Amino acid sequence: MTDDDLTPIEPERYELHATPTYNFNLDRRDFIKAFGLGILFIVPTTRAHAQQRDQAESGRGRFGNNLPQDINAWIHIDEAGKVTVLTGKVEFGQNIRTSLTQAVADELHVPMSSIQMVMGDTELVPFDLGTFGSRTTPTMAPQLRRAAAAAREMLIAMAAEQLRLPPNDLRLVGARFVNHDKSKTLTLAEVARGRKLIKVIPENIAITPAADWTIAGTSVTKVDAVGFVTGRHRYTSDLKRDLMLYGKIVRPATFDAVLKSANTKAAEAMPGVKVVVDGNFVGVAAPDPQTAIKAANAIVVDWTSTPQPSNAELFELLRKPASDGEGRGRGGSRPQGSIANGLASADKKLESTYTVEYIAHAPLEPRAAVAEWTGDKLTVWTGTQRPFGVRGELAEAFHIPEDKIRVIVPDTGSGYGGKHTGECAIEAARLARAAGKPVKVVWTRAEEFSWAYFRPAGVIDVKSGVKDDGAITAWEFHNYNSGSAGIQIKYHTPNTDIQFHQSNSPLRQGSYRGLAATANHFARESHIDELADAVKMNPLEFRLKNIKDQRLRAVLEAATKAFGWNKTKAAKGRGFGLACGFEKGSYIATCAEVAIEPDAKDRKNSRVRIVRVTEAFECGAVVNPLQLKNQIEGAIVQAVGGAMFEAIEFANGKILNGHFADYRLPRFSDAPLVEVVLVDRKDLPSAGAGETPIVGLAPAVGNAVFNATGIRLRSLPLAPKGIPTPIGL
Amino acid sequence: MPMPTVTELTINGQRTSVNVEPDVLLLTVLRDYLDLTGTKYGCGEGRCGACTVLIDGKPIRSCRTTTANSAGKSITTIEGLAKDGKLTPLQEAFIKADALQCAFCISGMIMSASALLDHNAHPTREDIISSMNGNVCRCGVYQRIIEAIQMASNTGSAEE
Repeated sequence: MTDDDLTPIEPERYELHATPTYNFNLDRRDFIKAFGLGILFIVPTTRAHAQQRDQAESGRGRFGNNLPQDINAWIHIDEAGKVTVLTGKVEFGQNIRTSLTQAVADELHVPMSSIQMVMGDTELVPFDLGTFGSRTTPTMAPQLRRAAAAAREMLIAMAAEQLRLPPNDLRLVGARFVNHDKSKTLTLAEVARGRKLIKVIPENIAITPAADWTIAGTSVTKVDAVGFVTGRHRYTSDLKRDLMLYGKIVRPATFDAVLKSANTKAAEAMPGVKVVVDGNFVGVAAPDPQTAIKAANAIVVDWTSTPQPSNAELFELLRKPASDGEGRGRGGSRPQGSIANGLASADKKLESTYTVEYIAHAPLEPRAAVAEWTGDKLTVWTGTQRPFGVRGELAEAFHIPEDKIRVIVPDTGSGYGGKHTGECAIEAARLARAAGKPVKVVWTRAEEFSWAYFRPAGVIDVKSGVKDDGAITAWEFHNYNSGSAGIQIKYHTPNTDIQFHQSNSPLRQGSYRGLAATANHFARESHIDELADAVKMNPLEFRLKNIKDQRLRAVLEAATKAFGWNKTKAAKGRGFGLACGFEKGSYIATCAEVAIEPDAKDRKNSRVRIVRVTEAFECGAVVNPLQLKNQIEGAIVQAVGGAMFEAIEFANGKILNGHFADYRLPRFSDAPLVEVVLVDRKDLPSAGAGETPIVGLAPAVGNAVFNATGIRLRSLPLAPKGIPTPIGL
Repeated sequence: MPMPTVTELTINGQRTSVNVEPDVLLLTVLRDYLDLTGTKYGCGEGRCGACTVLIDGKPIRSCRTTTANSAGKSITTIEGLAKDGKLTPLQEAFIKADALQCAFCISGMIMSASALLDHNAHPTREDIISSMNGNVCRCGVYQRIIEAIQMASNTGSAEE
């Protein structure tokens, strides 16, 4: 089938390798899966998927004891002709519920309205590693297409038999089977009625090439949009179960604190309150939310804390190798040529250090879970990007088999890589088990800031050489801690040494949209600009001189053309900047215009405002231009935060700015005018687009600030408090 | 400790009463007592706008408003906008402009925008930015939300 899923898991997905949050004692039971009447098409797995799971398991045992049926995807057609597509992917705002529906509708020849996607319910959907890494479009969409294409052919055969016609006389059009002269028709419902069939999809099925798509490739708005604009859609945090209690966790005083004692008397005396103290876990469940808060506050806890580092020591700390590190960096590549020779032959040599801070995902819906035990069976509704991963975590925490656990993921209030773990699910389940009633836990914003994980901070050292004609002679690149995604260079140079080094992170860290591609693109594209400046070349010409990759050249040319690069000069106090890159199978070029605006009160200090951004993006064949543009625009705005002002402040095991009042997020007034240029390559397979559009903004803005002021900013965030006002402004 | 008190509330034109301590937040009452979960918790400190409702026509952060302070006033939540299943032009515009990613902020966005259009039927881009700046969309859909509000304002009677 597909080998796309064999992409190794990036080392900086630290949260997937972490030790469990809680350890509890145990329980067990059984369940049976059932489908109603109709026809069920199953897509069997291949070697590729077995390997995918082996990889997952090598991280840790979270995919557990009872590996599920060897199935990739299911499509069910019920007696009313309603098509249900089941996938382990989840909807977090990427609008894949829409794009996957388009893919199935396209292949099955039924309208989108007759398709329902069941996503992320571990009892119903086939195993899936998780919704991350921009993999849904390149891997799940083709799988569902194959299933739908095969289902279409099998259904035509069944309809033909029913009508006593040769199958090649029938076509499936708009959910109806029609023969050549339209004298005989059958509906999907009429074919499915009274059947209870399981059909296995054969391996080699041709799918419709992008050039022939009719529904995919078009702009379609969010499939279930009405539920969202009316407030009807139920996110996890909106769910209510009969007799449900509200849970509240008593958090440790600092990270890594160990519980010394907990006096729970006052809390336990409150009516209807259940208190749980288990290891380091202290929590309460109460009949209403305010009682839960009061009960949690009434518990007197004593923690043993240990001294921990702060921002001041961060970058020094990250340069030290991890205590359990593997020496030479992972995720880099074998050195090519000789850096020493490359530097010796250079006309200009540069050496720069770039840093990035920890930043928070800050999904607007904080972590939430509703847990319900029925006998020894556990059902948990929770917003996670890894429903099967969280099922594994629950199995591990409660020492029960995975087939006793059902994890259901309602369409969730975003994640950006920040909801890969199941700590909230475990907390709700622990309280529910003790209380004997369903329990809901919704993290507060402060909890989300302190007890989730962050995008890794990092230090990047770059050493390079360039000839006066613009040829790059040496490229040495060391990334400490932030990660290896997007670390490879697309510029031609004979001598390279590119490495990623793991460090001991003072904070819990993990996946964040784009992973380290943001940090690595920031360092690389800033440095490339520095090289262009060193040899007095136009940043665009310098890039084009050193880039051979035609797809990368194409987005560079598209973005600069739309932006007007080289056509106009930036006005006084303004600057233009450029950056480009490649990651997760897609290509990006970003142009930014910034304005340097002196503060009204303190004219010596200037604010950097991003005026406009033009981004060209190419991810193969475009599935839904509207949603793709939406993703790109959103990624650019999210990137503004990390580029301009977001940074986690911490000291001694505490987060110091874990509130929206202190941690600034991009707002309407921060959003630049964004122009998106899509380069649609119908001849290429579709790549994912959730991440790569985020990587170009920071370097493009940094380069634009340099263009405007001559000031080179090498740290993200670039200018949280502004920059010194340039002379003459 | 304050005792539970019966408080009369008028929500989406309907009178209802809740028996809670007077300092319980309106957000809690809406979501956990009245099951009006379209109004969201995002930060609890009035900084994200996800909990925005209209009180006597004004956009108010229900995470910073007590039940006692809401008594006797007219409260409108996202559930109260569409009448008989018919969406308002503003709700329609959010769909048409595709101003939806995870959409967790959208109830608050629509309530804030609806208050804006009530007072300013044809806001400029700058008007929209300044009056919506307290609402956070972490997915970064701002440009489309601005388009949606402009689209709704152009359809004439944006709100009844």
